[in-house]
Amino acid sequence: MFVLIVGAGRVGSAVAKRALAAGHEVSVLDQDPLSHERLDAGQSQTWEDANGQFTVGTALEVDALIQAGIERADVFIASTAGDNTNLVIAQVAQKRFGVEKVIVRVMDPARADWYEEQGLQTISPTKHAIEMFESALAPEAG
Amino acid sequence: MYVIIAGAGKVGRNLARELIDKNHEITLIESSRASYLANEEEFEHAIQYGDATELWVLERAGIQRADLVIAVTGDDEDNILLCQVAKEKYLCDRIIARVNNPRNHDHFRLLGIQPAVSATDLILRLIEHEVPRYGLVHLLALEEERLEIIELEVTADAPVVGERVSDIALPEGSLIISVLRGGAGFVPKPDTVIQEGDEVLLVLDPGLEDAITTFFAPNGQHAAF
Repeated sequence: MFVLIVGAGRVGSAVAKRALAAGHEVSVLDQDPLSHERLDAGQSQTWEDANGQFTVGTALEVDALIQAGIERADVFIASTAGDNTNLVIAQVAQKRFGVEKVIVRVMDPARADWYEEQGLQTISPTKHAIEMFESALAPEAG
Repeated sequence: MYVIIAGAGKVGRNLARELIDKNHEITLIESSRASYLANEEEFEHAIQYGDATELWVLERAGIQRADLVIAVTGDDEDNILLCQVAKEKYLCDRIIARVNNPRNHDHFRLLGIQPAVSATDLILRLIEHEVPRYGLVHLLALEEERLEIIELEVTADAPVVGERVSDIALPEGSLIISVLRGGAGFVPKPDTVIQEGDEVLLVLDPGLEDAITTFFAPNGQHAAF
């Protein structure tokens, strides 16, 4: 599969490395050239030597998305730091480029729920954290 | 009318003042604490602090009863998102969005955020309007209604010069709605005679521009838009 990941922060870069290790073709787009370092960190070879692709550009620029290979992406992951950026580019990937599987990180649980209902696959780390805190607080079963 | 305005920058604040003057009820939503505090004294209860892309902030502002939502923050993603939510989740019929970077205009269009206004586009239109070498100016495009209004300056070699309006066989789907002559505009009657230098306003179905241009400005440059 060809996986395009936009936003190489902690989450995006880690997912990219795992996807590459799992044998997928992986392309990463980030506006900060230095974010490339995260892709190399802890690896025995550089991201490019491992056949990873890296493009510097802004997520909302269609040219950057095309350069990063969105037209042949099977999976699109939006994991920039901004919820709204993620939600807009995810819909661009889905509606303009027809990417089959689009996964979006949305910190705000309320918006994550609503956009999930609208047909986007959303992941809300905040929601998971809330649930985990809640179960950690709950009295031990039995 | 109840209007929610997201973004209390120069555009948002001035819109708010104008609308208040016209006796509309408004709520401004501002996400920067400093800007909120700076404007609180003037707008009092009509300004709220918060991120207008968060659902609870919109609900607190009364999005359910809003007649119009105007998104004029400095961030295009925010403007798109909050208009999308206003329209699709809260079924607000009327939205207006500001486009900060004209390159993002496609994203607004793709997600159905209309009208989306960009200062660059407005200035471009003004240039087209002010620069006479362009034969044809698009004044208004009603995309959903599939109609546009254009303006043409009648050139000396145009076949319509000296013709009465009733004698001009315009294509089906076009109509002369106004003539500007000597600084004044009027609605033409069937016996109005078109003169060189007249600025003619027409309403037409999209796609008829070239056919219309041959009547009024056969060698005029077509302002591609």
